[in-house]
Amino acid sequence: MTELSTLAGTDSEAVEGYNFAFLDEFTKRELRRKILKAVAIPGYQVPFGSREMPLAKGWGTGGIQVTLSIIGKSDVLKVIDQGSDESVNAVNIRNLVSRMTGVKTTSDTSRATIIQTRHRIPEEPLTKDQILVFQVPFPEPLRTIEPSEQVTRRMHAEQDYSGMWLHLYEDIVKHGKITIGARYPCMVNGRHLMDPSPIPRWDVPRLHKSPVLHLFCAGREKRIYAIPPHTLVEPLEFEDYRFETEDFCGKVCERCGSSDTFLDEIIDDATGNPRYLCSDTSFCEKRQRGEDV
Amino acid sequence: MTPTPASAPALRVNNLTKIYGSRCPDCIENTGPDHGRNVCPACGSVVACANITFEVMPGEILGIVGESGSGKSTIVRCLHFDMEPTMGAAYLRCSGNGSDDANIFQLNSQEMRAVRNQHLGMVYQNPQMGLRLDVTAGGNIAEKLLAAGWRNVGMIRDRGGLLLKRTEIPLERMDEAPRNFSGGMQQRVQIAKALANDPDVLLLDELTTGLDVSVQARILDLIKEIRRSTDAAMILITHDLGVIKLLSERTIVLKDGRIVETGLTDQILEDPQHEYTQLLVNSVL
Repeated sequence: MTELSTLAGTDSEAVEGYNFAFLDEFTKRELRRKILKAVAIPGYQVPFGSREMPLAKGWGTGGIQVTLSIIGKSDVLKVIDQGSDESVNAVNIRNLVSRMTGVKTTSDTSRATIIQTRHRIPEEPLTKDQILVFQVPFPEPLRTIEPSEQVTRRMHAEQDYSGMWLHLYEDIVKHGKITIGARYPCMVNGRHLMDPSPIPRWDVPRLHKSPVLHLFCAGREKRIYAIPPHTLVEPLEFEDYRFETEDFCGKVCERCGSSDTFLDEIIDDATGNPRYLCSDTSFCEKRQRGEDV
Repeated sequence: MTPTPASAPALRVNNLTKIYGSRCPDCIENTGPDHGRNVCPACGSVVACANITFEVMPGEILGIVGESGSGKSTIVRCLHFDMEPTMGAAYLRCSGNGSDDANIFQLNSQEMRAVRNQHLGMVYQNPQMGLRLDVTAGGNIAEKLLAAGWRNVGMIRDRGGLLLKRTEIPLERMDEAPRNFSGGMQQRVQIAKALANDPDVLLLDELTTGLDVSVQARILDLIKEIRRSTDAAMILITHDLGVIKLLSERTIVLKDGRIVETGLTDQILEDPQHEYTQLLVNSVL
């Protein structure tokens, strides 16, 4: 016990009375072990003992537990919610981690060492020194076609993904194209089918052979999985119906003028017309300031 | 003398046995047609079938007849890996993948799935077991092709259309769910699905039972057409001697989980040797 608590140390800026990074050291150790296993088997969902956190399950408890278990005092944290640093969920998670660890926080993607994200990957290219932590609502990509956990685990074990392919085939027959928007199923390392969390299709190709360590965690569903750096991530596609990212038909961001970013469509209350803005606010601000990103 | 590939059986089944329950050493001795029961009096286990040994040649239709509960379906369900046999072996002559010598019951579950998807076709009595009723007819056929690694929607649809045409399903109903189809049509979709990957062995479990006579006739015609145009070995399970007479060259008669008689269909129908076969033939004809 004493050995473990000395590992953690204390921090002057962190709130007194809590262990460093809120979780006790045994919990952090368990999480790290599970993260290592997840990294060793890319795309495989590793069960873990999800703890009660000071926010409701389904609001990012998985992402927080991973962040808290890997964060050190020299880390710089960024938290985004659908690309925004300023949403309530992002602000509260950032404040919690900051108060429990005393680490620096930032909204600047390039300065962050750990980025916890809900449903987006930052537009700026990431580097090998950064870790992306995803909040995952539904870790099981096969759940849409098979309700039983026992069966889906067996399907993964046997790499039996024909049911998912059939699902895509039926989609094409009914709608003329694959209609999956977010949570597009991907094959990781040619072995496991993985749910990339509800990131838009726009972000899916950016997981492929990325230099970044991606950690996914679902607190409610108690699963951790990972895409290690430089791993193959291939969205399911047919030879004659390829995977496609969102097409904004030449629309540009109203604020920064970008045409190469993922745009949010916002209906103007006054005029009723759609407006288009970058989903990644930090990136948009950098562009507006004229920085080269 | 080693048989040439053309004359080698498509499927060899050796000593297939399926017992439900705790099992004792005397289960098999205590049951069978001589005792008139398939429940072991010592331990209460049910011997669904025991010591089943037969061969089917490519292009041949082998009939298996017997009363309800005689173990007919158990045999094909085991061969289709729907259930695990208690004992026994089966060897499949797969078109050139070198696994001829492997007992298919010893394969791991991934290999079993590959064999099932690439070399076997199954038609169940009840289309609900063989089809996903809420997935389109074309999708049901596509499922088999997708499992075998097809990744081109156009080619999958071409193949699906061809099979549906062959089984007389109007093409405009290809993208409709079989839930909306009549029983006979569902059965034909099931046959189309079973044929999707040009199976080496086709397992037909009571495929005309419960259909009206005119629909039965068309399905039997379809099976005859498949026999003419493919090299698939077929195992035809039925309790209807008329179907056997019409389709199969050779027949196995099953009683209480054992083979009581085997031979050419004509011979069995004209000159039944076993007491039970005599009863069976007399009660129908």
